Amino acid sequence: MLYREAGQFKASYAEDQQIFPIRQDRIAVAILLVVAFLVVPLLIFALATLGLNLLTGYAGQLSLGTAAFMAVGAFAAYNFMLRVPGIPLLVAFVLAGVCAALVGIVFGLPSLRIKGFYLAVATLAAQFFVVWALTKFGWFSNHSTSGVINAQKMTILGYSFDSPVAKYMLVLSIVALLALAAKNMTRSSIGRAWMAVRDMDVAAEVIGIRILYTKLLAFAISSFYCGIAGALYAFAYLGTVEPEGFNLDLSFRVLFMVIIGGAGSILGSFLGAAFIVLLPIFLNTIAHPLELTLGLTLPPGLMSNLELIVFGSLIIFFLIVEPHGLARMWQIAKEKLRLWPFPH
Amino acid sequence: MKAVKAALLGLALAGIATAASAQNEQFIPMNGYWVGPYAPGGSGIFGGFIDYINMLNARDGGVGGVKLTYEKCETEYNNARGVECYEREKKKGPTGATVIHPLSTGITYSLIDKVAADKIPMISLGYGRTDASDGRVFPYVFPLITNYWSQNTAKIKFIGMKEGGMDKLKGKKIVNIYHDSAYGKETIPILDAQAKKYGFEVTHIPVAHPGNEQGAQWLQIRQIKPDWVILRGWGVMNPVALKSAAKVGFPRDHIIGVWWSGAEEDTIPAGDAAKGYIAAGFNVAGANFPVIQEIKKYVYAKGKGEMEDQTRIGSIYYNRGVVHGIVTVEAIRKAQEKYGKKPLTGEQMRWGIENLQISEARLKELGATGFMQAIKVTCADHEGGGAVKFQQWDGKQWKVITDWIQPDRELVRSMVEQSAAAYAKEKGITPRDCGKEA
Repeated sequence: MLYREAGQFKASYAEDQQIFPIRQDRIAVAILLVVAFLVVPLLIFALATLGLNLLTGYAGQLSLGTAAFMAVGAFAAYNFMLRVPGIPLLVAFVLAGVCAALVGIVFGLPSLRIKGFYLAVATLAAQFFVVWALTKFGWFSNHSTSGVINAQKMTILGYSFDSPVAKYMLVLSIVALLALAAKNMTRSSIGRAWMAVRDMDVAAEVIGIRILYTKLLAFAISSFYCGIAGALYAFAYLGTVEPEGFNLDLSFRVLFMVIIGGAGSILGSFLGAAFIVLLPIFLNTIAHPLELTLGLTLPPGLMSNLELIVFGSLIIFFLIVEPHGLARMWQIAKEKLRLWPFPH
Repeated sequence: MKAVKAALLGLALAGIATAASAQNEQFIPMNGYWVGPYAPGGSGIFGGFIDYINMLNARDGGVGGVKLTYEKCETEYNNARGVECYEREKKKGPTGATVIHPLSTGITYSLIDKVAADKIPMISLGYGRTDASDGRVFPYVFPLITNYWSQNTAKIKFIGMKEGGMDKLKGKKIVNIYHDSAYGKETIPILDAQAKKYGFEVTHIPVAHPGNEQGAQWLQIRQIKPDWVILRGWGVMNPVALKSAAKVGFPRDHIIGVWWSGAEEDTIPAGDAAKGYIAAGFNVAGANFPVIQEIKKYVYAKGKGEMEDQTRIGSIYYNRGVVHGIVTVEAIRKAQEKYGKKPLTGEQMRWGIENLQISEARLKELGATGFMQAIKVTCADHEGGGAVKFQQWDGKQWKVITDWIQPDRELVRSMVEQSAAAYAKEKGITPRDCGKEA
C-alpha cells in the first residue's frame, strides 16, 4: 500500500533510466544518507566491494587480490603526499588509484590464459607479492621502523577534514561519484562487453569484443576502485596502516561481501558491505545490554564466541534462502511490497 | 533491507545513549579479545584487570568513593575493530572514557592521533610504540613500565651475563625470529644498533601471522647455527616455535622470549619441547601474593569473577592484568589528589598518569611486593620503569632466575628521542617543554 508506484509516470528516457526509479526509494536513500553518518568504514568497504564486483560479478574474473590493490592505493597515496610537495589530496588519491590500476593490469595478465579457480590462485600471487614488497622495501613506508605509515592530514583548498562529519562527507562524495560512474559503466558498452565475456568468452570474441582489452580494462578499473578504497581506509578511517593489515583475510572479506550482497549488482555491493561490516558491530552492541536485561552472568568469552556463531549462521541462512545475494532478496521484497497488504 | 539497516543504526545509537546514566562513576573501556588466535592473552589480561577493579569496588566501594565501571568490547586483535570499539566507547560514562588500554601494538598505532585529539590518555603497558616513551612528543601515550627497546637491551645484557661479560658478545651470532607485524618489527633497529655496539651478528627472520607453520624458518636457523635465538612471537606462534626448535634440535635454554612469548599458554601446549625455555617478564606468576588473595576473597569467594578456569588465576597473563589494574587505579588516585574525589576527565587522568609514582612502600601496601617493579613516570619519561626479570620454564611452571635487570637506558633513550623527533617533524608537532609542566 505504502510502496506503490502508481501515479509516478515516466515522461522521458532520462526519467525512465534513473538509478532509483521509484520515489519511495529516493526518499529512503536520502534519509539513510543523513542517518547513516559515522559509518565511514561501511562506505569504504562498499567501494572496495564495488571494485571487486565489477571484476567478478560483471566481467566474471575471480580475484583474491583485492586487499593487495587496496594496499597499493593506501601506500601510493601516502607516498605521493609525502614526496610531492603541495600535491592536492584528491590528485594524490587519483594517482594512487592509477598505481593500483597498473598493478591490477600486471596481475590481470594471466586472466587471458586461465579462468575460474586457477585465476583466483594466480591473483593470490598479487596478494602475497604486494604485501611482501611493501614490507621488504623500506622506501614504501618511508623507512618506518615498524612498517606502519601515518596518513597525512586531509586538506582540500585549505579546509581540513578532521571531524567525523567532514570525513563522512568527503568519503560519501567520493563513493557516490564512483558508484555513479560504476552504475553507468555497467549499462554502457563497457559493461555489456564485460557481461558478454563473463557469460561466454568465445561467443563474445566471435561477435567482435576484444577479449584482451575488455579483461584488462576490467582489472584496471576494479583495481582503481580498490586503490581509492585503500587510500580512504588509510586516510579517512584508520589513520595508520601497516602492510600486514591488508592480508588475505581482508581479500576474503571483500569477496564475501560480493557473494552475500549479490554478484553483478551495484546495490548488492553496498548491502554486502553493510552486512559484513555492521552486523558484528551490531551483535557486539546488543550483546552487553542483552546480558544485563536478561540478568545472565555468562562466562566471559562465551558472548564473543556467540557473536561469531550468530554471524556465521546468518551468512549460511542468507545463502540458503537466497543464493543470489541480498540484492536479489531486496528485489523480491520490492515485488511483494507493492502488493502488500492486499495481494490479489 | 533499508529499513533493517536504519533500525540497526538506530539501535546502535540508542545503545550509546543509554550508557551515560549513573553519576559517581569512573568509566574504563575494556577493549580486548576473547576469541581468535590471541584470545589466551586477551582473556587472561582483561580477566585480571576486571577482577582487580571488581575487587576494589567490593572492598573499598571503588576509588575515593567513585565506583569504577567498565564495558567490554571485542576487538579480535584487529585494527579496524579496535578503532571502532574506541569510537563507540569514548563517550560512555559521566566523563567519557578516561583511559584506554588497546592491548595491541597495531591498535595503539591507529589510536595515537585519535587519543590526542579526544584528550583521552592511552596506556600501552609493555607494548605499543616505543618512541612514545618521549612524553614531550606524545603527551597522551604512555608505554608504561617497560618498552620493547628497554627489554631488548636487558635481554642482550642477560645474554652477556650468561656468556661471561659483554665483551664476550663479539662474534656471537644471534637470530631474531619475529611475528611479521608492527609489534614484531619494533625491535629491529635497537638490535641492529646493539649488534654494532657489541660486535655480534644479528639475523632477522620474519614469521607471517598467525605463525602456525615455521618449518622453513627453523631450518634457516639450523643453517645459521646461532648462539642465541630471540623469540619475538605472539599467540599460537610461540608453542609452534618451541616445537619447531625441538624438531631441529636447537637448545631451548638458548631461546629467549619477550614477555608476550612467556606465559603458561605459550609453554604448556608445546609440552616437553618448552622445558628450559627462558622469557623476560615485567610481572611474575604466582597466586600467593596478597593482592591475588584479596581478589579471591572479595570476588571469587562470592561466586563472581572473570576466569572460568580458576587455575589460570595467578598465571602470567592474569597477573599482568592485575598490573594493568594497579597502574590504572593508582593513576586515578593520583589524579583524585589534585582534582578531588569525583569522576575524572581524560585530561585530568592524563595528569594522574604523568605524575604517577608507585614506590616499593606503596607496592607493599597493595600487597604486590616483588609482583611488579616500582615505577615513576615524568613528563619526559612516559615509561617509568624499564627493568625485567628473566624466568625459565621448568616443565610445570615459570621460575624466576634473575633479579630485576636494568636496560641500557642511555642507548634506548637516545634512540627514543631521535625517533620521536623524526615523528614530530613528520607530523609538525612542537615538543612540549617539560620544565613548564605543572
